[in-house]
Amino acid sequence: MQEFFHMGGYAQWVWPVYGLAAVALVGMLVSTRRTLKSREREFENLKANRKGAP
Amino acid sequence: MSAFTALLARDLHLALRQSADSFTVVAFFAIATVLFPFGVGPEAEVLARIAAGVLWVAALLAALLSLDRVFTVDFEDGSLDQLLLNGQSLTLMVLAKVAAHWLTTGVPLIIMSPVMAVTLQLPAEGYGVLVLALILGTPTVSLIGALGAALVLGSRRGGVLLSLLVLPLYIPVLIFGTAAVEAAITGMPSGPMLSVLAGLALIAVTLCPLGTAAALRQAAE
Amino acid sequence: MHRFANPTQFMRIANAIYPWAAGLCVLLFAAAIPIALVFSPPDYQQGDTVRIMYVHVSSAWLMMMIYGIIAANSAMFLIWRHPMANLMAKASAPMGAIFCALALITGMLWGKPMWGAFWVWDARLTSTLILFFLYLGYIALSDAFEDSERGDKAAAILALVGSVNIPIIHFSVEWWNTLHQPSIIKDGNMSVDPALRLPLFLMMGAFTMFYFAVLILRLRSELLAAKIRNARLSQVADASAPQPAE
Repeated sequence: MQEFFHMGGYAQWVWPVYGLAAVALVGMLVSTRRTLKSREREFENLKANRKGAP
Repeated sequence: MSAFTALLARDLHLALRQSADSFTVVAFFAIATVLFPFGVGPEAEVLARIAAGVLWVAALLAALLSLDRVFTVDFEDGSLDQLLLNGQSLTLMVLAKVAAHWLTTGVPLIIMSPVMAVTLQLPAEGYGVLVLALILGTPTVSLIGALGAALVLGSRRGGVLLSLLVLPLYIPVLIFGTAAVEAAITGMPSGPMLSVLAGLALIAVTLCPLGTAAALRQAAE
Repeated sequence: MHRFANPTQFMRIANAIYPWAAGLCVLLFAAAIPIALVFSPPDYQQGDTVRIMYVHVSSAWLMMMIYGIIAANSAMFLIWRHPMANLMAKASAPMGAIFCALALITGMLWGKPMWGAFWVWDARLTSTLILFFLYLGYIALSDAFEDSERGDKAAAILALVGSVNIPIIHFSVEWWNTLHQPSIIKDGNMSVDPALRLPLFLMMGAFTMFYFAVLILRLRSELLAAKIRNARLSQVADASAPQPAE
């Protein structure tokens, strides 16, 4: 286990790379989903308003 | 062809009336190169080592300053719409505008460059090749620049955006332009680099006007 | 090809692909991460830094593939005016820029222990940096106009100009590099032995599937944005139209 985190002495370079990649990928996914959800809600609201209007 | 010369003559005439514009570009080129000795120190060897690169970078930036107005005036006063409608090949018209730009900014820069090279202690062997490289390279600069200028027509923050678009595309010209001069200084043949510059100019002259014309059509839509 | 120009048809196919892409992405990551970090041996030259390569090469692969996708879709958009092609390019660009940044940063983090410096003017890193600027220019140009359609078309032309220029820039940089650093450190990272090839391919596959899955979500999002814009416009039109007599 110790050896795994040690990464043959390159821990300070290997782990940040994987951390950054995780942050970048999760960030892309989350921001995309958030925009999608907010647009879905906005579109539903617009549709409801149109139906509700006389 | 007569439409080409007519447009070229008109642009040159306008540039002559507003010769302050060309003067400003050359003055910028001069001040930008003069800044470097203050930045890196006045030692002759250091300056001679970086002279070619400094001159090229300053020339690119100076040309960039002048690109903004290649099409903007025509765009704003409606003569661009006339160009699009007059039935002439738009590509040819673009070439005329680029030629005018090169004659009014590229050529003054080329004439000024040996003078600035003196202040940067460029070795004597470099002058001829420097001028030759600029003659072969600056048309490409004008051609790519005109394409960028056409793309940003009517945009917000046009000038800054233009430099972001165009400067990365100038890197090949910068690489071979500088390498040609450095080869001449170190006694190597500079012919290969000069022919690459000529090749780049040929590629640019065939492809850039097409893109510029397409961008202008969209800008006018 | 033209069949896919219709947004409804396109999204039907895309939505059918989505669960597969997302599922494959999860599976590939589940396999790639433990193999890349634990079960693959360290390289005999690079030691454990070779594990950085799995992420770095995958990001670099995507940044190039995405630029290719943007260029191809820009061409389709300009030639046939396919709205879907435009959306593909538009939705891909920010992801390409992020993968490009990731490739740069991971390259630097690999370079520090291997070359002793975060930045070396190595041909590949330099080309990646220039590609990053091209991405930034593309994104900046596409939202520099009041009229978004004008931005789309200008950006499409720029993408094509970029695709002609990338090989020229690449060869220039490569030549420049050999001129100034004749003894450039040999980066033998691609002549990998088979044990290292498996995590690399798994990681590349996982990244690619991730891109496809998120791209489909982004396409949905872009289409919704267009629908919202249209609904808004028709609302304004309704409000300003004279009321019909009863």
